[in-house]
Amino acid sequence: MSFFSDAEAGFLQKHLSRRSLMGGVAAGGVLATPLGLLGGRAYASGEAAPAEITVANAHQAPIPIVVPNFGAGLGDQISSVIAADLSSTGLFEVLGGDVPASRQPDFHALKARGARVAVAGSATGADRVRVEMRLWDVLAGQQMTGRAYTASQNNWRRIAHIIADEIYKRLLGEDGYFDTRIAYIARTGPRRHQTTRLAIMDQDGANAHMLTNGSWLTLEPRFSPISEKLAFLSYANNRPRVYVYDLNSGQQTILGTFEGISFAPRFSPDGRSIILSATTRDGGADLYLIDLATQHRRKLTGTPGVIDTSPCFSPDGRSIVFNSDRGGSPQLYVMSADGGNARRISYGNGHYGSPVWSPRGDQIAFTRIGHGGFSLGLMGPDGVGERTLTEGFTVESPSFAPNGRALAFCRQNAAGAGGAGFTSTIEVIDVAGFNEHSIPTTTGASDPAWSPLRR
Amino acid sequence: MKITKIAALGMVCALAACSGGHKDDNGDGNGQNVSQQQYNQGPTPGSEGDLVATAGDRVYFELNKNQLDSDARATLDKQAEWLARYPQVNILIAGNCDDRGTEEYNIALGQRRANAAREYLEAKGVAPTRIMTISYGKDRPTADGDTPDAWAQNRNAITSVR
Repeated sequence: MSFFSDAEAGFLQKHLSRRSLMGGVAAGGVLATPLGLLGGRAYASGEAAPAEITVANAHQAPIPIVVPNFGAGLGDQISSVIAADLSSTGLFEVLGGDVPASRQPDFHALKARGARVAVAGSATGADRVRVEMRLWDVLAGQQMTGRAYTASQNNWRRIAHIIADEIYKRLLGEDGYFDTRIAYIARTGPRRHQTTRLAIMDQDGANAHMLTNGSWLTLEPRFSPISEKLAFLSYANNRPRVYVYDLNSGQQTILGTFEGISFAPRFSPDGRSIILSATTRDGGADLYLIDLATQHRRKLTGTPGVIDTSPCFSPDGRSIVFNSDRGGSPQLYVMSADGGNARRISYGNGHYGSPVWSPRGDQIAFTRIGHGGFSLGLMGPDGVGERTLTEGFTVESPSFAPNGRALAFCRQNAAGAGGAGFTSTIEVIDVAGFNEHSIPTTTGASDPAWSPLRR
Repeated sequence: MKITKIAALGMVCALAACSGGHKDDNGDGNGQNVSQQQYNQGPTPGSEGDLVATAGDRVYFELNKNQLDSDARATLDKQAEWLARYPQVNILIAGNCDDRGTEEYNIALGQRRANAAREYLEAKGVAPTRIMTISYGKDRPTADGDTPDAWAQNRNAITSVR
């Protein structure tokens, strides 16, 4: 039994062979099938999880959930990844303990231990692994969902992330973001001349690998919302330009022809165009929209001598937020997608930059630079309701998780005397400003770009 | 070509010998080409070392600015004279920023600084075709450390021979 169309199967085939060539481009299929009821009542398909659990109150009191060991070996690894995913959000309090995989758990015992929800699971098979997962509402004594997943063994991490996403969705009523990747810039070597490589990793830091060899300065990766593509800035041949990197083929193509530096790319919400900034001879930078299919380009802004950069579409594609010094200092502006009606939205002290629109549409994340250092904040698209999420020597380049609930960003700590002690890491923080944590990387890291949820 | 270079080299050696002992004549704080000046043999005429020693290879800017102050103009005047002496030499001007701005804005700001230096040199008669510009934003700091002094050094436009 297969849930894949031929086209999808062909895609996966290509992907998996590519995987073996490149030593692990994270990809590959995971088949999911519903599991039958195991006693109790199941929630109907589409029915929301119990009403008292929401993201808002999970912030106040994380949901206590038992995530037992799924079995020796791979089962243990899978349940560890599920537990780590859920814990990383700050919305769950993961409890250990045993939950039987093939019969109803002892709800009284689980309740007595403070559990609100319990996971049950098992992992079997060798080359192809089959993982079963059931989710139990401890208070109601009911099965909430049951699913079986099969995939080749080297995709076991994806199974774990998909299960964690399933749990997240059942309990919080919205998509998770665990089965995702983060493209970033890996940084090695002395700060004066760092080697920078385009890199990609799973959302939790696993499966990191380099996509470029570090010959040239490389910055600003962005994920396509619809395909296995990244846009990024490369200084290849000392001609800094935006390229598009195809994750399936490894092929890089230059995007458009510009007299100056083309940089700060971002895909449109439909994935068909890229908006970017290009420097001009008069000391400014203009915004352009480039159609990926036709390469047709359209100039959206072009005031002589003014820097317009860091453009980002609203999720409905109707508006663009960007960074401009047209008023004398770098501030945030919102304009319509055709380039008209620009209005300033940032009015706090200091300078603003690197705005990014939330996939939910209701917030814009940004970097603010004041006298004391950098901060990362959020404001409404009309500039109202600005608040600070975190501060530091350098905190910048925010990128939203696909569900808009968390942000990845780059944190750099100042060097001490002699330049030692400088660090550059990728952090994740909840949009409520809590639960900041680092993503483990083997090199210095910056410029995170969160992928869409994989399908 | 080769012959003229060798001849020119001989001339400079002779000049350097005349001024032997003045190791710090061109000490402009860059400290990058000191080793080449330790001996009575100056840098190769028309080379980057020669540019550094004769004119100075970089100019500095105020925070978030691209205006050339009198020191910067004096350096660029010397660069223009030096370029007039070596008409076969082409240059790259790289604009740089301190790390008190965002990565993306600083790429544009660094380009603005490189353009300011280029325009000044062009106004002094250097052919536009000889000048290329680039910006590294805040990604190629010349001074380590995170102090106001280091930031001031990192807000620059650096001319190199290409």
